[in-house]
Amino acid sequence: MNKTGLIIRREYLTRVRKKSFIILTLLTPLFMAAMIVIPVLVMSSKGQEVKRIAVIEKQGHFFKGKIHSTKYLKFSYLDNANLDSLKRHFDELGYYGILVISPKIGTFPSAVQLISHKQPPLEVVTYISDALEKEIERQKLLAYNIKDLDKILKSVETKINLQTITINASGQEKETNTGIAMALAYISGLLIYMLTFMFGAMVMRGVIEEKTNRIVEVLISSVRPFQLMMGKIIGIALVGLTQFLLWIILTLILVLATTGVVMHKKSSNSSMQLPKDLFSAGTEQIIQQQNPTATKTISMEDLSQAQKMLDALKAVNWGLIVGSFIIFFLGGYLLYASLFAAVGAAVDSETDTQQFMLPITIPLILALFIAMGTFQNPESQLALWGSLIPFTSPVVMMARLPFGVPAWQLVVSIILLFLTFIGTAWIAARIYRTGILMYGKKPTWKEMWKWLKYKNF
Amino acid sequence: MILFQAENIVKNYSNHRALDKVTIKVPQKSIYGLLGPNGAGKTTLIRIINQITAPDAGTLTYMKKPMQREDIYSIGYLPEERGLYKKMKVGEQALYLAQLKGLSRHDAITQLKQWFEKFEIGSWWNKKVEELSKGMQQKVQFIVTVIHKPKLLIFDEPFTGFDPINTRQLKEEILSLRKKGATIIFSTHDMGSVEELCDHITLINESRTLLEGPIDEIREKYSENEFELRFEGEINLLTATLNSRFRILEHKKENNYSIVRIQLTNNGTPNDALYSLLDAGKILSFNKITPNMNDIFIKVVSEYREKRKSENPGKKIKK
Repeated sequence: MNKTGLIIRREYLTRVRKKSFIILTLLTPLFMAAMIVIPVLVMSSKGQEVKRIAVIEKQGHFFKGKIHSTKYLKFSYLDNANLDSLKRHFDELGYYGILVISPKIGTFPSAVQLISHKQPPLEVVTYISDALEKEIERQKLLAYNIKDLDKILKSVETKINLQTITINASGQEKETNTGIAMALAYISGLLIYMLTFMFGAMVMRGVIEEKTNRIVEVLISSVRPFQLMMGKIIGIALVGLTQFLLWIILTLILVLATTGVVMHKKSSNSSMQLPKDLFSAGTEQIIQQQNPTATKTISMEDLSQAQKMLDALKAVNWGLIVGSFIIFFLGGYLLYASLFAAVGAAVDSETDTQQFMLPITIPLILALFIAMGTFQNPESQLALWGSLIPFTSPVVMMARLPFGVPAWQLVVSIILLFLTFIGTAWIAARIYRTGILMYGKKPTWKEMWKWLKYKNF
Repeated sequence: MILFQAENIVKNYSNHRALDKVTIKVPQKSIYGLLGPNGAGKTTLIRIINQITAPDAGTLTYMKKPMQREDIYSIGYLPEERGLYKKMKVGEQALYLAQLKGLSRHDAITQLKQWFEKFEIGSWWNKKVEELSKGMQQKVQFIVTVIHKPKLLIFDEPFTGFDPINTRQLKEEILSLRKKGATIIFSTHDMGSVEELCDHITLINESRTLLEGPIDEIREKYSENEFELRFEGEINLLTATLNSRFRILEHKKENNYSIVRIQLTNNGTPNDALYSLLDAGKILSFNKITPNMNDIFIKVVSEYREKRKSENPGKKIKK
């Protein structure tokens, strides 16, 4: 095996075998899966229990039959009930709560009460107030004696679902989803930022460890400093890729396994339950259910909603996103890791690194800020240049990519990134080979500049 | 035969010259001592031999050919600043370092097992380095230095941090390696071990060579033709027999005999001196006084400093 291969092997194996690596690799997917699965579980378990609510009007029967029952919310209109005795016994009668409507409700918004033992969930409160508002509005409109009011209301009822479609140069149309693009941009940009920092710092600590252990001189009497540096950088890159792939695979397995169990349980209810819960916001469901005629069409609408989400997810060019992610992660990591290695070589301990870390961290943090701006305006000049300049491009380009990037920009960005890496590696190697043999005082910037010009093998 | 030769080596660092036209010739199967005060440039020279750093000028010859990158695989180097990965297991680490020196995995394992057995440290194979004492770690370091059977061995301050028992074992190993055909360069401050081990030395001070050559010749050169005489008898009788061939430097009486230090002058030989002494009393011993390396070291270095000071009065001598 050649020397660099041996070094890569050692760097990789010692890190992959570490307890901290194994724990982090196993726990992160658990955490990520929990982030995906728990909302699903919460949403699918909510309303399992049917809530019966007694409706009492202090005067008149204005709201009789006007608040429609849903699957999990049943309203019983009690004509002649004694409120006081009901308050004592509603629990035994099987009611979740009592809705008390006073006649002044038309003018006093707070002239209505929901009495229950437990704090009612937000959805229940929102549903009831929405239904009451609608009914009061209808009755107020009625007072104007407009002919065919119901018909008019029906005809003006509108629902908007904005479709976003991108069209490329060849005229191909594609349905897109801004929400998904945003989420993807955010996650991949942030992930590159975090991984670059995490594994770059790992390289730096590795170099410092070899220096403080005093093993480095033994090593470089057998291998060239450049081999040692690159072996470490590549070895840790492989650690990063391993961890990243394991995270994705384990998260997928966990998500599929847990949602599979949930789906199996609910299969008797509705097979489309899962995608609906996954992608539609909870309130949407309730608003739709307000429509008296909706009971039958809900599932259809939900289905189409969910289907659209699925289509949008499918429409994402996953090959491009994942491929670019790996390329930009590697490029960005290599670029920064070589600089981190140079810093590690220049100092004696981790506490001395701060001064030299600053020029490395500033462009990375700047990249994150530009990426945040990219979400608002992916076409801005700032985003364009940020995604081409190598020091910010990995983070910014990943944030731009889900919104669509011309192929030439992607190619130019990648080429620039790897060319710059060669440059930084050259500089880093020169600082590294001198720095690793220097002990004692912290070098100045001027001294490091001189190191670049030393003659070495 | 000269195994390794460095000629007119110059190396500059940003604010000083570390080596100024230094030349060393290391004969095959010799033990070559590299002496000099701290900061003289020994470690720089050693790093140049190991191709860790390149000279600004000068030539390196190894086995009669200009030195090449591949030559480092027939060199074993134990640096002054030496250490091991603390979290790695001893065996795994030794194997890794041996493979970096060009041994195949299989050869490395076989060789390591032998050395571990020889040093009776076989049970350490699966221990982490941080569990070992410093002396134990040094044994491991020594093994990985010699594991690939190098022709040339370079030890930079090998005895610092060793206890007397380990020092002794290390010295024995160095001598036995030489017996097996290895050539050894080592740098040290410990003049005792220089006299004990070295055949040749170079004394470097402030980047320049001050002394070079076989140790016996150097000691001979610095000897002042002095002898120590012990005899029973009267010191007055001795002074009476004095002739122009020698003079008495000092004398003292101890119990029932006298110790006298005499110096030969005017091409006098020891025989001349002894002849005159025969009448003075009963001679107990007559020894030539050869200066030890420690004295030569101090003498040469301080003479050099005096010279530099008088050449550049007022100017502080830069390291």
